Amino acid sequence: MAVLEPSVREAMLSAVPSLRAFAISLSGNVDRADDLVQETLLRAMANIDSFQPGTNMSAWLFTILRNLFRSEYRKRRREVEDADGSYADTLTSHPEQHGRIEFEEFRKALSQLPPDQREALILVGASGFSYEEAAGICACAVGTIKSRVNRARTRLSELLAIDSADDFGPDQSTRAVLSAGGRR
Amino acid sequence: MMQTDLQTRKRRGRLGRDVQTKLGKTLQAYFDDVIKEGVPDRFKDLLQQYDERKDKGTS
Repeated sequence: MAVLEPSVREAMLSAVPSLRAFAISLSGNVDRADDLVQETLLRAMANIDSFQPGTNMSAWLFTILRNLFRSEYRKRRREVEDADGSYADTLTSHPEQHGRIEFEEFRKALSQLPPDQREALILVGASGFSYEEAAGICACAVGTIKSRVNRARTRLSELLAIDSADDFGPDQSTRAVLSAGGRR
Repeated sequence: MMQTDLQTRKRRGRLGRDVQTKLGKTLQAYFDDVIKEGVPDRFKDLLQQYDERKDKGTS
């Protein structure tokens, strides 16, 4: 085994930010997420020979991370889930950038989705994978991913009570005014 | 009436494109802070250390 090809190393590093976001969405905890990413990279480097050059490095890493999380989760199933997560803490430290209330609501809504739906939504909606790639990562049919994403979107829009883009205003008070005053 | 539109969409099992777009943008914005942090040093170091070990000819 040789040192990492520069292109391979580049591809690995460029996948890290979205890998972290995915890991946070799975584990609900930044520290655990970073440990997951670390373990993923270690495993990827140890098995770099099984990576087929020319294929999607990012999808390969996501697959490894997801499998690691699944096996770890099975082990830890009896532990208390960090459902609220500490990601909320990192968000509240940047309140000026986005509407904090909106994000808090969004985080809660996201955490109420079944794990399979949340995972599919994040792969397709936030990590930029195609339905086909997401199906590969989750080892399921493309149709399954599509229906999970659809159900996740529908459920989220119900939880957040949005039925038009206008409703999802910059903050709750705006939304309250909108719904109280009759929209449009 | 928006309510009727929503019910219609729900019956068809899909959301309007405007809602999908808005959800997508919020989802991306939600993870924006993490993405903007880029690659933390611990991961750069990890790959660096791997190369250095291999360079010394442990394999």
